[in-house]
Amino acid sequence: MSDVAEQATSPMGPGRTDLGPSERVYRRDETSAVLRLSEAEAAVLAGSPDDPPTGDIADQRMILNMGPSHPSTHGVLRLMLEMEGEAILRCKPVIGYLHTGMEKTAEDLTYLQGPTNVTRMDYAAPLFSELAFSMAVEQLLELDVPPRATWIRMLMCELNRVSSHLLFQATNGMDLGAVSMMIYGWREREEVLRFFEKVTGLRMNHNYIRPGGVAADLPDGWQADVRRLLELIPPRLDEYDKLLTGQPIFRGRLHGVGVITPAEALALSATGPILRSTGYAWDLRRDQPYLAYDEVEFDVIVGTHGDSFDRYAIRQNEIRESLRIAEQILDLMPAGDYRVQDKKVTPPPRARIDESMEALIHHFKIFTEGFHVPQGETYAAVESPRGELGCYLVSDGGPKPYRMHIRGPSFVNLQTLPHLMEGGLIADGVAVISSVDPIMGEVDR
Amino acid sequence: MSDPAAGGADVEPSSPDDTAAEPAGPTAWGVPVTESFGQMVLHPPVDRWYETVSACRDDGYVMAIDLTVVDYSAHPGRTDLPEGIRPERFEVVASLLSHATGGRVRLRTQVPESDPEVASLFDLYPGTEAMEREAWDLLGVSFSGHPDHTRILMPEDWEGHPLRRDVSMGRIPVQFRDAPSAR
Repeated sequence: MSDVAEQATSPMGPGRTDLGPSERVYRRDETSAVLRLSEAEAAVLAGSPDDPPTGDIADQRMILNMGPSHPSTHGVLRLMLEMEGEAILRCKPVIGYLHTGMEKTAEDLTYLQGPTNVTRMDYAAPLFSELAFSMAVEQLLELDVPPRATWIRMLMCELNRVSSHLLFQATNGMDLGAVSMMIYGWREREEVLRFFEKVTGLRMNHNYIRPGGVAADLPDGWQADVRRLLELIPPRLDEYDKLLTGQPIFRGRLHGVGVITPAEALALSATGPILRSTGYAWDLRRDQPYLAYDEVEFDVIVGTHGDSFDRYAIRQNEIRESLRIAEQILDLMPAGDYRVQDKKVTPPPRARIDESMEALIHHFKIFTEGFHVPQGETYAAVESPRGELGCYLVSDGGPKPYRMHIRGPSFVNLQTLPHLMEGGLIADGVAVISSVDPIMGEVDR
Repeated sequence: MSDPAAGGADVEPSSPDDTAAEPAGPTAWGVPVTESFGQMVLHPPVDRWYETVSACRDDGYVMAIDLTVVDYSAHPGRTDLPEGIRPERFEVVASLLSHATGGRVRLRTQVPESDPEVASLFDLYPGTEAMEREAWDLLGVSFSGHPDHTRILMPEDWEGHPLRRDVSMGRIPVQFRDAPSAR
């Protein structure tokens, strides 16, 4: 697709026009890497008597089901693999095992209850879904969030990116046989979650970022807690480097496995570390700044080869960049309100209810009916650890969203899986799934 | 009030007066264009859906970020459509992203209940494959020319499309052991 290549050169750096070929992702016939076979058709195949072995390799193709209960599919992802010996020819990700109709549920929850729903989508990075939803609601309300709330959101999201990438490091190590890495990754993630628990009350599913600001101000002594994390985690990352990054066995498992070109990633709508691993520097924090990301300094980490190792290394270094942002936020955190002082949107403090009739009315209206949001539709996007997380919100003027759609990065990125696996070995398939880092809660919603 | 997240320079919330005051209305790529919270929204007719997306793609919109469907059957009297666009039950919404300009464009096309079918964007953006399957699965708008037009989230033998507004939320009645049922 040469026309695409010419127009999209800027994120590749000066002088780079080699986006690479993308034809293979446009195939729709049986040569495609995507196995477009329904379960009913697969059942017919499985029910037919086995072909007598003729010695012809073409007759020895088989469909192998991996998952939905498999330790390396990170939840309930099922892969239908068409195998020839040990080589993967085609693959179909079968999803929906965790589908609970969260977009339907959102239509029955008020805007204030909305974050409790969306936070359960990407359970490794719950604050980002809350942020995207809250930003969409605030756009419809045309609400300005106080600066302190914006900076608290940034701090919490960057630390959430750290904890999410640490979880990736842990599971990625485990998938590749470095089981000790799993313990280390979980251990450091727990330190971050401990801070979240102190701030939000919960380790996960925080319901902390809400339309109009955040649920509570940062607790006293939060600077010391963040500083402790800033001192604790970087030396541990250096340990990971010693344990994994430089190890020939680890590198051998990842180098050149699951390669994708920039043009293919763009055509497949892949975002986040998958797109950046191809050398294509696209990060919403830098390219379409939201919150106050234009006031902090950080680098967008890109890879070169688009393989699993690049995706590993990008996440490893994004932890360092997120900590760099968190360090700047320590100095730049403004004082002031942590949520908007609009009585129609923000519930009154408990003490006001006893002394003010109006506060009681506002409290009652917000928690029974919910606040009304003007008619309109909008799309808000944030850069989650997995890519672009967007929220498309339609309001009919009532107290509940008319339609809420979450553009989940895991859901879209999962489409790259067959193309990454094509022609590879099944043992490498595990490394590829891990490097895509799908969170099934968000895939199935 | 300005909008911190929109990032657009000229925030102009669409109101009924805006669209009604402009009979011809502004156009882009030959289709009516409106603005919603600083975001450009195109309203191509359903028979020009593929062609309009194709034109956007030729102009540098390299990624199809999102595609979904909204069932407007419970929200009559919408006011955010430009003149000449007749509201229908379904609306297919696609978001495209240009990396050269960092701009986004959203396309909304009205799809009648009697013929809920739109051209698939697979040949332009293969990344819409799963999104279109999801839209078919949950809302029952079909995409002609889609390479794998099957359900994706619901079981294959499921009947109906759960995100439609006429499908109820569904409840599990509370049951108490050894108590006579109220029903």
